[in-house]
Amino acid sequence: MKLNRRDMIVLTAGASVAALLPVASSAQEAVDAIIAEFTGGAEMGAEGLTLTTPEIAENGNTVPVEVDAPGAASILVLASGNPTPKVATFTFGPMAGAQFASTRIRLAGTQDVVAIAKMQDGSFVRASREVKVTIGGCGG
Amino acid sequence: MTNRIFKSGLGLLGVLAMSGAAAAQDAEARLVLNEETPMVTVADAPEHMADTGIRTIYSGWAFRTGTTQELQADDFINPAFLAVDEAIVAWDEVDGTAGESCANCHGDVEESMAGVRAVYPRWNEEAGELRTLAAQINNCRTEQMGAEPYKYDGSEMTAMEALISVQSRGMPVNVAIDGPVADIWEQGREMYYTRFGQLELSCANCHEQNYGNYIRADHLSQGQINGFPTYRLKQNALIQTQNRFRGCIRDTRAETYAVGSPEFDALELYVASRGNGLSVEGPAVRP
Amino acid sequence: MVDTATPRVRVPRDATAGEIIEIKTLISHDMESGQRRNGDGDLIPRSIINRFTCDFNGQNVIDVAMEPAISTNPFFEFMAIVPESGTFVFTWYDDDGDVYTDSKDITVT
Repeated sequence: MKLNRRDMIVLTAGASVAALLPVASSAQEAVDAIIAEFTGGAEMGAEGLTLTTPEIAENGNTVPVEVDAPGAASILVLASGNPTPKVATFTFGPMAGAQFASTRIRLAGTQDVVAIAKMQDGSFVRASREVKVTIGGCGG
Repeated sequence: MTNRIFKSGLGLLGVLAMSGAAAAQDAEARLVLNEETPMVTVADAPEHMADTGIRTIYSGWAFRTGTTQELQADDFINPAFLAVDEAIVAWDEVDGTAGESCANCHGDVEESMAGVRAVYPRWNEEAGELRTLAAQINNCRTEQMGAEPYKYDGSEMTAMEALISVQSRGMPVNVAIDGPVADIWEQGREMYYTRFGQLELSCANCHEQNYGNYIRADHLSQGQINGFPTYRLKQNALIQTQNRFRGCIRDTRAETYAVGSPEFDALELYVASRGNGLSVEGPAVRP
Repeated sequence: MVDTATPRVRVPRDATAGEIIEIKTLISHDMESGQRRNGDGDLIPRSIINRFTCDFNGQNVIDVAMEPAISTNPFFEFMAIVPESGTFVFTWYDDDGDVYTDSKDITVT
């Protein structure tokens, strides 16, 4: 697992490491489990899926997200830092004009949004983008 | 597809790179509704603001990121229009003991309400009182329709205000401040400069002296109300002007006035007049 | 909040055969996530639209499995190919069993 700066400070200080790590790892495990369920554990490529998000969201309640993966059968979208990471799964039918979809999602805070496309040939592609969610000034 | 939604992203960088009140806005960003109605989001300050130090007035739209700005540019993706749709139904609905609907007296909303939002709050000669748009709607309901008044800042009221506001979008705010409302306007101006609450903050402290600066991770606007009622992403709902006033004053840790109170009516008149010259934008979208 | 969900759908009125068109949909719904608490500190039960589908002349365009992280008043934009004149049917499935539908005709010239 990756340790962020705050984790390192805690580690260095020798403080309650045991209390902190399980939280971080269980959230990551939840994300990994959802991805494994979708991919069946297959390798994921990095090309062919465009995930578009704003770099900064003024409010986490309504964050526009677009996915575009020519030749995809379906696309899974995850919010890795949400209490329930799964956001949506788009499945494209024969009348889809493009393997493209746009929606608005809720983000509990600054985090990575992850998209995984299942291509029509059975392969998988993954893309990820960080969205910074700002805290409003007025009761925000 | 991507370009259209995020085309204002560069504007955002411009805003973030600058600090200080005067340079906070992106001069290049332009709001055009539905690719056909240009909106004035930057204008010369009205004459009565000559001694405020503010030469240029900016819509709150100018302080937002491209992502939020885009939500307002297309009526289809502006969530406020779900409420406008509801108000279109309510406009034709008979309610109350008189057996009347809005449409029975006013006819087609697009014709009869054009320009109305731009001049409110305004003096009602017959009643001898200042009326906000919300007060006028409730006066119609209770006096003409024999219906129950809407809750002053409830969802039915904000929806009806939004429907009426839509008919004036793009027209300049043009609120009268002289004649019979002169004293009330003066009272509103005094309130604007009065420090409230444990934090001892006046409207002016934030919205005149510090617009463009950060308050936590957010940019302070000039506190213009030309975009009200406003769909606020934080609340996922249309928010009424005086409801926002109450929120501001609450944030100073003060006891607030009630919506529909004479104090807030006076403040609304004064704040509205600081936007004279900006386009009516309601229902706008803000974070 | 309103007690019934009201859909808004935007589809072009006409297109040329085989054209790829853009469709936008918006529907009023609280999308109560099940994560929030009421004034008494009790969890407000989850109540969301959990699925959205669009079909053209009986064939699927897109089928979306929706989770509580979809924002209030769900919005979707997507593309469809129209080989002939016909009807788009839009369907939203609510947790409470309600189904909301809308349809739009398109003329191919």
